[in-house]
Amino acid sequence: MPESPVFTGILIDEELSVSFSELCRFCDVNADLVVDMVREGVIEPAGGEPDSWRFQGVAVRRAQVVVRLIRDLDINLPGAALALELLEELEAVRRGFPNREAPRGERL
Amino acid sequence: MEFKDYYQTLGVERSATQDDIKRAYRKLARKYHPDVSKAPDAEARFKEVGEAYEVLKDPEKRAAYDQFGNRWREGQEFRPPPDWDAGFEFSGPGGAGATGFSDFFESLFGRGRAGGAGFGTGSAHMRGDDHHARILIDLEDSYRGATRSISLQSPEVDGGRVRTRERTLNVKIPRGIVAGQRIRLPGQGAAIGSGERGDLYLEADFRPHPLFRADKRDIHLELPVTPWEAALGDTVTVPTLGGNVDLRIPAGSQSGRRLRLKGRGLPGRTPGDQYVNLSIVTPKADTEAARDLYRKMAEEMPMNPRANLRSP
Repeated sequence: MPESPVFTGILIDEELSVSFSELCRFCDVNADLVVDMVREGVIEPAGGEPDSWRFQGVAVRRAQVVVRLIRDLDINLPGAALALELLEELEAVRRGFPNREAPRGERL
Repeated sequence: MEFKDYYQTLGVERSATQDDIKRAYRKLARKYHPDVSKAPDAEARFKEVGEAYEVLKDPEKRAAYDQFGNRWREGQEFRPPPDWDAGFEFSGPGGAGATGFSDFFESLFGRGRAGGAGFGTGSAHMRGDDHHARILIDLEDSYRGATRSISLQSPEVDGGRVRTRERTLNVKIPRGIVAGQRIRLPGQGAAIGSGERGDLYLEADFRPHPLFRADKRDIHLELPVTPWEAALGDTVTVPTLGGNVDLRIPAGSQSGRRLRLKGRGLPGRTPGDQYVNLSIVTPKADTEAARDLYRKMAEEMPMNPRANLRSP
């Protein structure tokens, strides 16, 4: 039996950096909504003008969630942005990790 | 083909008003939206609810569907009678693009009649939908990188009908992936005709590990120590994802003290740390000699650990 192919995906993390048009493609939306998301503060690009905008993986993920919430639940952008923030907060609470600094262990 | 009771799916009576139906749909859509719900079947439930609403929100489709009245029940074998839809005209948004509705829906209303409701349905152009799946991996897979075989249920168009097919993909798990991150596999999503395929997104989560738990790139370990190791200080061997390391426990440590092994967490541009949480285990007092030792400690080192606990 022939070996089946191994797929190598793109990891959407903080090291990923995508352009304005790539973000539109990732989220399957038009440019206007992406601009509105930037204005609303849902995603923050590096770079001054839209042509030079770069977005990190976390922005891709946030934009995708907001686009789906708007489309599927018939809510507007500020509503979807609020839902996103609450969902992220809930996720952090569910993980339930203490956020205090620990002294550094001395390793031999 | 199984009959679908769309009223039951939305939890409304057959006599429900259009407003009742909309309200029921909205509530269920918020509850089962895959970005909101953590339930493993959320996406499937959301699609069912979306399909039911697609029919019941449209008075023409609803009237056509209502002909079947109470003659069929959810899940019962069903075949539409010939010319069942004569005299009904469906107007929905139509056009290409919808995927993922059931055989039942498609046989009644056709593929072109699905509108915009539903997760991953209703694109207005010919690009296939993106698919999403959650995958469970081990912490070791992220620490070292791995190739894993992943089984996915994916809807496929076969002779004009949509069926669920299981397919297996071998996927590279990137080193340093953390829970909640996604792997995008371009062109592995749905296809519509000869159009461009959508993408597949795999969201990673970790299986529970017998020793470690992960918080992003940081790894946490509960380390049992003896009272003398904690009080006097000692060097003990501690497991990490990369193997055993020696850790010096400072003298005068208490239960709950956290020590940090820098850079011993999951790899990345800034690697995570491993946090070691000390947990003091007391020896059993199961011999007279052991009990004598405890009594001697009580005499020699009296203390009140509850000094700060006062009733308000």
